[in-house]
Amino acid sequence: MVTTTVERTVDEADDAPVVGGQASPWRLVWRRFRKHRLALAGAVVVLFAYFVVAFAEILAPGSPSAVDEKHTYAPPQIVKVDLSWDDGLRLYANGYTTKRDPETFEQIHTVDPGKRIPVTFFAKGDAYKMWGVIPWDRHLFASADPDQKVYFLGTDRAGRDVFSRIIHGARVSLSIGLVGVAVSFVLGLLFGGISGYFGGTPDLAIQRVIEFLMSIPTLPLWLSLSAAVPDQWGPLARYFAITTILSVIGWTGLARVVRGRFFSLREEDFVTAARLDGCGRGRIIFRHMVPSMSSHVIASLTMAVPGMILGETAMSFLGLGLQSPAVSWGVLLQEAQNIRTVETAPWLLIPGVAVFVTVLAMNFVGDGLRDSADPYK
Amino acid sequence: MLAFLVRRLGWMAVTLWAVSLATFFIISLPPGDYVSTLQANAEERGEIMGPAEVAALRDRYGLGQSFFAQYWKWITNIVFHGDFGQAFAWNMRPVSDLIWDRVGLSFFLSVATMLLIWAIAWPIGIYSAVRQYSPGDYAATFFGFIGMAVPEFMLALVLMWVGMRWFGQSPGGLFSPEYQDAAWNLGKVLDAASHLWLPILIIAVSGTAGAIRIIRANLLDELYKPYVVAARAKGLPEWKLLLKYPVRTSMSPFFSTVGWLLPGLISGETIISIVMNLPTTGPLMLGGVLNQDMYLVGSFILILSTLTVIGTLISDLALAWWDPRIRHSYEGG
Repeated sequence: MVTTTVERTVDEADDAPVVGGQASPWRLVWRRFRKHRLALAGAVVVLFAYFVVAFAEILAPGSPSAVDEKHTYAPPQIVKVDLSWDDGLRLYANGYTTKRDPETFEQIHTVDPGKRIPVTFFAKGDAYKMWGVIPWDRHLFASADPDQKVYFLGTDRAGRDVFSRIIHGARVSLSIGLVGVAVSFVLGLLFGGISGYFGGTPDLAIQRVIEFLMSIPTLPLWLSLSAAVPDQWGPLARYFAITTILSVIGWTGLARVVRGRFFSLREEDFVTAARLDGCGRGRIIFRHMVPSMSSHVIASLTMAVPGMILGETAMSFLGLGLQSPAVSWGVLLQEAQNIRTVETAPWLLIPGVAVFVTVLAMNFVGDGLRDSADPYK
Repeated sequence: MLAFLVRRLGWMAVTLWAVSLATFFIISLPPGDYVSTLQANAEERGEIMGPAEVAALRDRYGLGQSFFAQYWKWITNIVFHGDFGQAFAWNMRPVSDLIWDRVGLSFFLSVATMLLIWAIAWPIGIYSAVRQYSPGDYAATFFGFIGMAVPEFMLALVLMWVGMRWFGQSPGGLFSPEYQDAAWNLGKVLDAASHLWLPILIIAVSGTAGAIRIIRANLLDELYKPYVVAARAKGLPEWKLLLKYPVRTSMSPFFSTVGWLLPGLISGETIISIVMNLPTTGPLMLGGVLNQDMYLVGSFILILSTLTVIGTLISDLALAWWDPRIRHSYEGG
């Protein structure tokens, strides 16, 4: 749903007056942002998440698509430390014993404390190409024995490693938010700017378009637009289709923020002064008005990313977003769609924890940015 | 006020016309026309549609004619005959019947969650604004962020799992198996209630989180204004002052969202209903999308948008009734 109110917190009185006005606006923003502890913590989490995105191949213990028929729905194996100190510090995980359910003949895997699989750093494992270019086969932390895999977060229906899939899924899930926001940013800035600066007829027309887009309920629009995406499209094309759908719906909010800022800035004394000084329209917009609203725009952009991530998750969960073999957090959660599966393999919900943590961190960052967006207040 | 109303109604008509055109465009997006999909489906089942039947259907939907001719046929059938077309995945039943069957429960869910959201959000929001930066405020803020970050369906799955594992509740659905085909009696009502409180709670969580943030922010904007100081200086007791002035202003978001109840009748909290297997309108819509049953989907979009537009008007009017400042701005411009 669309929230219609402007959220603004009343200024805390902890803002020490800047002596001599030496600090740049961005420095002031950073000073206030730093005080928002949760936002700072959120920023660390978000940076870490994007670090994972960049180095997914090395960080994942295996390939996200490697199938292991012998270990379907295998529970998570926990890393343990060998305390006997026989030859230095050693890490291991317990292996599985497999039984068949006497009634359903399904395989049931249990972690067996009697079996040990050594685990090391930079272990040799599935071969991959780093960023699609550099061939390598080392993984940051994985089973030392290439014939016996270790699944830190268990496996899914086809015996694929949930942990590796979460790490690789971060690529799609986290980038779809950025790409989507980038597109909405361009649209929102353009139309919001025209609407706010010129006012009058262009404003009226653009406002009608925005109202029109907002009057179509989000979920059915997503659903029906994604139903129109042909099934035979490849993962990449589908990815861009989904992103476009998300941003076509998402830009209206940003356009409203930009328009509101333009309206209030237009009346400011410094804009009048610039106009009286004979500045051209372009100079007034880009040299005087845009810089003084950029912090607000950045704050609203940050707030928009988590919404897009949740949107992708929901669409893929319903089977209308990305589809296997593409890996995203929503696609992974699709595995856990019904309660029976969740009962047999609760670890399939762990991708949801990844969504939750990332979205929470991004919300904190956005909140901190919004509070510190106007350092002169 | 009257001039405002007339102008708004005029814009509404234009918006609705644009919505209907866009909806029909979406309907015609998937490749292949409706009747050939229908034929293909019939062949899959091993049935063959007679040429007369096919011709009748083609004529009924105006297939083979131009986009605007088809649109005209579609929209006039809806406006003048209430005929939204048929849903082929549901044995060619009329779309309007299918939707009507499920409106009751969807409506109940929307109203119940809305009441729950505001009943929880108001006291907490007011408290955390008045006692800004107190432990209680931090707790509310933290809860708010968590509520906004959890995907609803995930919360539903986890809670269902917990309920099944530790409380032996039968998961999802509206009724337990023993009441499925029973006639309505007290037991059946209680059984339905025992299945409904969980979805209501889950849907309310994210809404409550957002509502608390909005109330808090609105109230914080008002609390330090001169009129509050003036009222305090006049010796008004703090609680009376709070409820009479700033809280009244902070109620505006309630009125500006009350109109959203209307589309909620039909949207039926889609994702939660699917996960928890509730017979609201939501799963019907998803089924339509998955089967590319475009007349069903189109009807949903059209009805939902119409209700949203009307709902927004109701909200605006309610807001004007509640807030004299807004009323005056309407009258002025």
